[in-house]
Amino acid sequence: MRVNLTRIIIFGFIFFCLSIFWLGLKKDQTYDTRNLIGNKINEFNIPSLDETNSFSEQYFLNNKFTIVNFFASWCAPCRDEHKYLVELSKNGAHIVGVSFKDKKSNTLDFLNQLGNPYKFIAADNDGKASISFGIYGIPESIIINSESVVVKKIIGPINQEIFKEILNIIK
Amino acid sequence: MLSEFGQLSIFLVTIFSVLIIYKSFLSLKNNIQIIEPGIYQLSLWQVTVTILSFLVLIAAYLVSDFSLINVYENSHTAKPLFYKIAGSWGNHEGSLLLWINILVIFSYLFLIFNFKHKKNFRLLTLVIQNLIILGFTLFLIFNSNPFSQLEPVPLEGLGLNPILQDPALALHPPMLYVGFVGCSIYFSAAIASMLSNYRGKLFANSIKSWVLISWCFQTLGISLGSIWAYYELGWGGFWFWDPVENASLLPWFAITALMHSVMVLEKRDNLYAWVIILCLITFILSVTGTFLVRSGILNSVHTFASDPARGIYILLFLSVMIFSSLIIFFRTFKKESYNFYFKSKETFILINNWFMAFFLVTVLVGTLYPIFLDVVTNEKISVGPPFYNIVIIPLAVPLLVLMVVGPQLSWINSKSLGVVKHKALIIIGALLINFIIYLIFGSSSFLSNLIFISALFLIIHSILEAYKIYQKKIKFELPRVISHLGFGLLVLFIGINHNFSNEQDFNLKVGEEKKFDEYSIVFKDLKLKQEKNYKAIIGDFEIKNFDKKINKILNPEIRIYSNPETLTYEAAIKTRIDSDLYLTMSNISRSDYYNIKFQHKPLMIWIWISVLMVVFGGFLQLMRNKNES
Repeated sequence: MRVNLTRIIIFGFIFFCLSIFWLGLKKDQTYDTRNLIGNKINEFNIPSLDETNSFSEQYFLNNKFTIVNFFASWCAPCRDEHKYLVELSKNGAHIVGVSFKDKKSNTLDFLNQLGNPYKFIAADNDGKASISFGIYGIPESIIINSESVVVKKIIGPINQEIFKEILNIIK
Repeated sequence: MLSEFGQLSIFLVTIFSVLIIYKSFLSLKNNIQIIEPGIYQLSLWQVTVTILSFLVLIAAYLVSDFSLINVYENSHTAKPLFYKIAGSWGNHEGSLLLWINILVIFSYLFLIFNFKHKKNFRLLTLVIQNLIILGFTLFLIFNSNPFSQLEPVPLEGLGLNPILQDPALALHPPMLYVGFVGCSIYFSAAIASMLSNYRGKLFANSIKSWVLISWCFQTLGISLGSIWAYYELGWGGFWFWDPVENASLLPWFAITALMHSVMVLEKRDNLYAWVIILCLITFILSVTGTFLVRSGILNSVHTFASDPARGIYILLFLSVMIFSSLIIFFRTFKKESYNFYFKSKETFILINNWFMAFFLVTVLVGTLYPIFLDVVTNEKISVGPPFYNIVIIPLAVPLLVLMVVGPQLSWINSKSLGVVKHKALIIIGALLINFIIYLIFGSSSFLSNLIFISALFLIIHSILEAYKIYQKKIKFELPRVISHLGFGLLVLFIGINHNFSNEQDFNLKVGEEKKFDEYSIVFKDLKLKQEKNYKAIIGDFEIKNFDKKINKILNPEIRIYSNPETLTYEAAIKTRIDSDLYLTMSNISRSDYYNIKFQHKPLMIWIWISVLMVVFGGFLQLMRNKNES
């Protein structure tokens, strides 16, 4: 029998597409980053806001707990939760701020206006580096211990209740 | 009671399908040259019962019969009448019933209108179409039954998502379904044509009006979706290259190519295999789109509650459809010889088809690649506007120019490509208007200028042609001229809108003023309003533009719907002949400040008007086809 290459390619291609669809159906579509708890944060590197330094997994070694807070000046709920961050910082929490898709001048204005609770400010200008932390919206905060393991993840703004919870963890 | 009645009618549709298929096979074997009256009667019964089943569903929505799960889940007694009706197709099960309605109605109409064509071809089309109907009704009965009952009967329903309570969106699905499901009829006809060896001109003649109908409705449906997104979603845009929008665009490219090449088949008896391929692809892509949207494989604004079994069924159906049609295609394939002269209408129609094919592949790759990557590498990406803008927009330039040249050429062979009259004059006119655009709106990129000029080239040329048609009263070119003119205007207005919109994002509280560029926005007041099915917080904003002497009051709303409890942000849009003012506000929790998004979008209304013009051309051609026959 004569083998027709074009036909094989066409059938192959369609079969390939349909299998991808089939595999896609089998996949769990829920994108839930809560299961990040207990996971180790792998290698990452985000430049600091002043671009002189960078924030990487080495950073966690020095503190018992580090709170990584993802924020932006354009994000209204971030404005809302900021007072709790300032309060946490007064209580000795070690907070790193990651400015998410923001302009440097706006970030600085934001901090001048509302206070700076951060020991270190990193800038994720295109929002890509934050993905390795499972960030899909801001504000989000992650508490990480000295072994780079995620202890708690807070999706959405910190409120009074969560504030107390965090204090309990880091004490 | 309504539930039993609905169940029964769906069951009857299935029975009629089986009977039609059986009767048609018997009839194919005999030598009588006409279709027996029995088959007509069965088809008439089938279409009656199908429409009845849909009316029953609408009735259940109207009287809020919550013994139907479907009504309970998607309606509420306090919903306005119009949205009670629209609610019946605003969900998966109801819309599937609408699908079946369109499949059956098209099947019936094709049977009675194409009486001039060969019996075997018509009967086979009927058989294939009924196999499709059967596939969908079984799916409806076993997986997605809109008439399933609920015990005990709840007193109140869950309500329709308020974001869907919009007139444009209420009409968007039926339009799209007529467009997408309408393709089924020439999918069936294409297969019947191959099986009964009913090829060439006659086949083209039998499908051309159906292609045109579904093209018109697809175009209209896609634009209505876009209008809804603009007015309701509160992002200020109208096209987002969202995967679901792409899914609706894929068959549109195929059908646009088909609409053009079917002319070649009719006039020159050529491109038969290509026309068949396009017929098959259009419906296959429509079903693929349905699969992508309904299976939950894509995440987007179009959320249908997803159910894996549903996806698997549609996928199975899709696979059977693709493989069987391909096997039939290869079995009956006969090599054609294409010896077109370069300077001919048919060559330019082929070039149009290559453009459409390129757009189709681009959008297909952009839509499927993220799914592929997620399955293979677990990586989640989304392909956004930059990809499409880079790949598709530059090609608009040659496409627009070809749209001027192509229609001027004769069939078979033209003397030269220089058939476009008053070329120099038109180009000078286009350059001049482009310069005026620059004076009014300011500068834009080189590519944008090039697009403006080529769009203007098409526009001016079409206007001249329209004038000539008016003078000489030769009307047969009019539909094409109107559609092409509409397309030129569409590209021009989208270009201007895209390049010269002013967009600002800031926070304000009552009493404050924000000034930027030549605008001033004052947040004057905040009011509360109680409506039948929602509460609203209404902002009172005064917008001033010192340059253009605009002074308008805009009232964006934040609505709190009670059933189901949802918050929606209603944009305040002041549509003017030269531009739209667009303002949305959203609350910042525990703060007096509101987040304000303001946009000044030039020539917005003209985008919709141009789309309507494109569609109007299509409908005009349809009437001409009717008069011809």
